[in-house]
Amino acid sequence: MSAPQYAPGKHPDLPAPSTLAGPLAWVRANLLSSPSNITLTLLSLWFLWSVIPGALNWFFFDAVYSGENRAACRAAGEGACWAFIGEYLKLFTYGFYPEESRWRVNLAFVLMWLALVPILFDRVPHRKYGLYYAAAFPFIAGWLLVGGLGLAPVTTDKFGGIMLTLVVGVTGIAFSLPIGILLALGRSSKLTIIRVFCVGFIEFIRGVPLITLLFVASTMLSYFLPPGTNFDLLLRVLIMVTLFASGYMAEVIRGGLQAIPSGQTEAADALGLKYWQAMRLIVLPQALKISIPGIVNTFIGLYKDTTLVIIIGLYDPLGIGRAALANTSWIGLSTEVYIFVAIFFFVSCFAMSRYSLYLEDKLETGHKR
Amino acid sequence: MPETEKTHAELAVKIEAMHKWYGQFHVLKNINLQVRRGERIVICGPSGSGKSTMIRCINRLEEHQQGDIIVDGVELTNDLKNIETIRKEVGMVFQHFNLFPHLTVLENCTLAPIWVRKSPKAEAVATAMEYLERVQIPEQAHKFPGQLSGGQQQRVAIARSLCMNPRIMLFDEPTSALDPEMIKEVLDVMVELAQEGMTMLCVTHEMGFAKTVANRVIFMDEGEIIEENSPDQFFDHPEHERTKLFLSQILSH
Ligand SMILES: Nc1ncnc2c1ncn2[C@@H]1O[C@H](COP(=O)(O)OP(=O)(O)O)[C@@H](O)[C@H]1O
Ligand SMILES: [Mg+2]
Repeated sequence: MSAPQYAPGKHPDLPAPSTLAGPLAWVRANLLSSPSNITLTLLSLWFLWSVIPGALNWFFFDAVYSGENRAACRAAGEGACWAFIGEYLKLFTYGFYPEESRWRVNLAFVLMWLALVPILFDRVPHRKYGLYYAAAFPFIAGWLLVGGLGLAPVTTDKFGGIMLTLVVGVTGIAFSLPIGILLALGRSSKLTIIRVFCVGFIEFIRGVPLITLLFVASTMLSYFLPPGTNFDLLLRVLIMVTLFASGYMAEVIRGGLQAIPSGQTEAADALGLKYWQAMRLIVLPQALKISIPGIVNTFIGLYKDTTLVIIIGLYDPLGIGRAALANTSWIGLSTEVYIFVAIFFFVSCFAMSRYSLYLEDKLETGHKR
Repeated sequence: MPETEKTHAELAVKIEAMHKWYGQFHVLKNINLQVRRGERIVICGPSGSGKSTMIRCINRLEEHQQGDIIVDGVELTNDLKNIETIRKEVGMVFQHFNLFPHLTVLENCTLAPIWVRKSPKAEAVATAMEYLERVQIPEQAHKFPGQLSGGQQQRVAIARSLCMNPRIMLFDEPTSALDPEMIKEVLDVMVELAQEGMTMLCVTHEMGFAKTVANRVIFMDEGEIIEENSPDQFFDHPEHERTKLFLSQILSH
């Protein structure tokens, strides 16, 4: 078959050959491109074949969904004893929050999603007011959860489970980003005092394990505070977790700031923008954009680190799970508990990770010069 | 700054006995330069001679250590108010355009009028479109800088400066980063601007441009102004050896 001839300058755009497009082409290119690739594909198939059926059986088909105790579970089936998790589901969700006030936790949870919408997506109507609301949300949620001003007060030692994780995680995430930005800007400030303070703070935070900070929060802080002040333990934890994440956040953002060419601030200066305007309108939007993977990485790290509160006596889902395992009628079901907790964390973190990819994609504005 | 005082400053730029150091490095030595309103000055000289540093001192992108710089009747000191006043009146175009890549062309142009001049958004947009039309790229208004060619980007950069309605324009090698076929479209815009009477200080080696529009050409070497003359004199009868050497180098290719 001879290829058609075209006069110079008349060559049309032809469709790509089928080896470049379509599902078969994908399989060939990605799974069967070379002998070693074929071997890997076969090994992977064999691995999936030997693992998936057993896992499915344990998770679903042989699992037991209701039962009084471990003995009842084991009598009914070989698989996972989800009856155990079901029994403790409320505890896993609300901790020791008083039953009659749990609607407040639910409401705060719904309000959290409403606050997230204008933050996460920029094409929502009246986004500006949505953002005002989002800024107010931590305080609204704080009021709902702690009570006072017309609501029955609930002490923070009743907080626990997923709700505790969300309180610590969301607070840390919401406050560590702005504080981290300020620290990163301060670190490159022309004012020596500010620079030294920021560098000192960041290096201190990065040099000390979070566990140490949490111990400091739970025990030592009371020595430094004037006697008689009752400084809520959860509040101290929130502050420590936030500061800890801020230190890391600052370094991530500093990396982004350094990647912005000095021409950007020069152009902003030449146009007469003031320092904060130039930062807010020109430098930070670009720096934060390239820092997204690092920022989300820090968020995810912080979110998972909330499990550390267990060692100062707070009950996050992991803590609740361990407490539940101590119940003699359910003893020995640690696999179910840990898998449940792992799934909870995985779903949250995976969602954050996917969102960050979406955001990077959306903020792409063509190649840079 | 009251309007009357502005219009009465007879000199657009006055630099007297100005010195600048980078650390121990004496980069600008005893610079004296006066630019009248509406004058077009072309500055040339070998790479590293301090041309960029000098014009960047005029809008305080660089700080000088000795001597006086008076722009539009306002003296450049550490007083932030003066710096702000001067930056509003002085536009600058850079070698590498320095457009804001995360903003559209239109947003690049309206940003400073909205935030610095506090213009209403509709007005800023109208002005921006007017200038984009003058640099002949209104149809690119909603694209991002990264989607434009170098010549188009530089024209956007010029429009962005003009949107602030400056009285003085500084150009730092505006065509050196461009592919040859795009140089003309940028120079055309600059020539037009010169013909409208804009006060311009332009670092460039485009000798054709210098001959067409410059009132004076200034030659710098090693941080000093070596020679200052009308374009005809400068190109045809350079006085100093260094000027001759420099001209022979740039004209030989
Ligand atoms: N920020 C800086 N720090 C130290 N030296 C600098 C800096 N900027 C420029 N220089 C030096 O000052 C001299 C003049 O630079 P510049 O004004 O950019 O020259 P030109 O624009 O004429 O090529 C050069 O030798 C350059 O290396
Ligand atoms: Mg230069």
